[in-house]
Amino acid sequence: MDMALPIVNATTAALARVSAAFNAPLARAVVFGVHIDGHLVVEGLLIAVIVFQLSRKSYKPPKKPLSEKEVDELCDEWEPEPLCPPVKERSHIDPAILESAAGPHTTIEGKEVVNFASANYLGLIGNEKLIDSCVGSLEKYGVGSCGPRGFYGTIDVHLDCEAKIANFLGTPDSILYSYGISTIFSVIPAFCKKGDIIVADEGVHWAVQNGLYLSRSTVVYFKHNDMASLASTLEKLTRGNKRTEKIRRYIVVESIYQNSGQIAPLDEIVKLKEKYLFRVILEESHSFGVLGKSGRGLAEHYGVPIDKIDIITAGMGNALATDGGFCTGSARVVDHQRLSSAGYVFSASLPPYLASAAVSAVNYLEENPSVLANLRSNVALLHTG
Amino acid sequence: SDCFGRPIASAPDAWFDVVERHSNDGNKTLQRTTKTSKCLNLGSYNYLGFAAADEYCTPRVIESLKKYSASTCSARVDGGNTKLHTELEELVARFVGKPAAILFGMGYVTNSAIIPILIGKGGLIVSDSLNHISIVNGARGSGATVRVFQHNNPAHLEDVLREQIAGGQPRTHRPWKKIIVIVEGIYSMEGELCNLPEIMAVCKKYKAYTYLDEAHSIGAVGKTGRGVCELLGVDPADVDIMMGTFTKSFGSCGGYIAASKEIIHHLKHACPAHIYATSMSPPAVQQVISAIKVVLGEDGSNRGAKKLAQIRENSNFFRSELQKMGFEVLGDNDSPVMPIMLYNPAKIPAFSRECLRQNVAVVTVAFPATPLLLARARICISASQSREDLIKGLEVISKVGDLIGIKYFPVEQEKVASVDKLKKLE
Repeated sequence: MDMALPIVNATTAALARVSAAFNAPLARAVVFGVHIDGHLVVEGLLIAVIVFQLSRKSYKPPKKPLSEKEVDELCDEWEPEPLCPPVKERSHIDPAILESAAGPHTTIEGKEVVNFASANYLGLIGNEKLIDSCVGSLEKYGVGSCGPRGFYGTIDVHLDCEAKIANFLGTPDSILYSYGISTIFSVIPAFCKKGDIIVADEGVHWAVQNGLYLSRSTVVYFKHNDMASLASTLEKLTRGNKRTEKIRRYIVVESIYQNSGQIAPLDEIVKLKEKYLFRVILEESHSFGVLGKSGRGLAEHYGVPIDKIDIITAGMGNALATDGGFCTGSARVVDHQRLSSAGYVFSASLPPYLASAAVSAVNYLEENPSVLANLRSNVALLHTG
Repeated sequence: SDCFGRPIASAPDAWFDVVERHSNDGNKTLQRTTKTSKCLNLGSYNYLGFAAADEYCTPRVIESLKKYSASTCSARVDGGNTKLHTELEELVARFVGKPAAILFGMGYVTNSAIIPILIGKGGLIVSDSLNHISIVNGARGSGATVRVFQHNNPAHLEDVLREQIAGGQPRTHRPWKKIIVIVEGIYSMEGELCNLPEIMAVCKKYKAYTYLDEAHSIGAVGKTGRGVCELLGVDPADVDIMMGTFTKSFGSCGGYIAASKEIIHHLKHACPAHIYATSMSPPAVQQVISAIKVVLGEDGSNRGAKKLAQIRENSNFFRSELQKMGFEVLGDNDSPVMPIMLYNPAKIPAFSRECLRQNVAVVTVAFPATPLLLARARICISASQSREDLIKGLEVISKVGDLIGIKYFPVEQEKVASVDKLKKLE
């Protein structure tokens, strides 16, 4: 308490002096007939300082672009990585060199071996009728077609082949591609653009993954061939999400998965698709000509009407023993691809002899449905044995 | 739409049968008729004339078809590799002048699948502004940063390279892992040759790798048909990767990549298009083998040399005559691709239909393959067209050109008279 009193006295004295200063006669000057109090001077000074600071440019370090000499030095210093990684001796794959057709028996280095590596499901390699129709085409049309479909690369065998496949499957129209894997990775980007949603199986093979990547849509994977996982993914995506109702939604599955050999349960997929309003893109490379009573693929196998599946693609390099691929669906689906599918418009068309081989292969399948029974008994034998 | 997708009923040789189509609903849908008309083919990619049945190639192709069947039904590494494939790889490598080569079943797939293997995130791709869409797709699919330089402009390429090397990767400014410059030998929509020696010099100076796409030029230009490198005097060992297709000059299908042994070894083990895709069809492989043998003269005749001389003569003759008539023709000398500028999109169907009516089949190109106002009609010369065929084609084009009004340059009157004299002599 003793110290407080002198401090209080000192503070009051100081305050008195300050107020005296403010009330000093100088402060009460009259400028142009306006009374100016002392505090106005201080406030005016403060405002002047603030305005001065605001009006100054902020400090930016000056930009120094690189001089020519510096750029030269950088370019000289820069060392690129080698174009390919060095060869590791251990990772040497030496594919076997076949010396005869890749049929059920083939010759490698003079020995006759049984061929379990080729996807020759219907045994059409070496079929007489196929080879005869190819020879006929070769003599009439030569080997290549020398042009994309839009510029005189459309040969009448192509149109016949498309009509035949559409007829066989029961769809309005189909479109031919010149290479098996380019089918799927041209179809997906032709329909799915940025901002769409695609739900795809985890185990789809490389070409499908490439197509998904090229389409730039949002891809959500579900567990391999697991319908419960698919249902929950679809539910998660559509529930409460108003936006998903306005954008295009697709499900991409394969009928027989190349990487695992499992068959996709199409009837459940179609039920889910109708419930959640998605479109189905079905990749049937390994099941066309194999599944179903007459070889018409997965839809026949499960008894699902073919027009419930929006887009079916398949490569013909498996059961049909030729090369190339096709895509079917409704007429509008097929027409859209004729103008906007990259692998169709910008690339040479399928060689005509392969198209005629496809036609005779489908003919053969129609006339001899017993090959399917053979195939199935062989498969059963291998499974049980 | 009746100008595109015209079906043909015979081999795409010098003269072919174009199927007539008629439409009941104003060209919305077109139905085939059984009538065909024989037309002069100025549109198909048939540079050396191997499109139709050839006396040397076809018997061998049929033999290989009977031996190996139409397809191998499996990927190269699983069981699709036949003796023919290995033979063709060695032959292609020898033909192009590189140590090794690898084959693919389709040209488009070759580009799209190879570029992502060679370069990934952290790399830079500098590509010509008029590159083909397969290259664009491959570049986009690789994840690397893509920059474009002005068409055939080595000075701009140098500027872009300097700026990019000095700046480094975007946002992090770390140095680039590698840089690949992609150019084409002959640009299909312009008919121009690439300015290869200067671009190579720039790339060497800045240590960038080069990728040359010779889809249209392999087999068609150069003294022995070896492509742009031979024509412009560039050593093939300087170009890091050379890519080409067999569709155009060799009358088959498929593509190849030729490079050093290490790169090919790496590609064989890492490229998914090689490991998962069906291998090339054996008769197609045999066709390429026979075609290359003809071009090299190894079949015992000089048909190859004759074909090469014929195509060079044909292209130069046709181009000079068109220019004399007053058309605006793009492209360099010796290039078998010549676009005739139409400019006005409305003239495209007129040109195409009039020519077809007079039995000449041409290809017209519009947006989106070319800019909207730069529509053109593209002529592809073939070694199987004779001088009379070309003169007939010239007459028809000249008449149609007068009708439509695309002779943008003044006609040189006295030169036209000399063409008439040539005809009378023949």
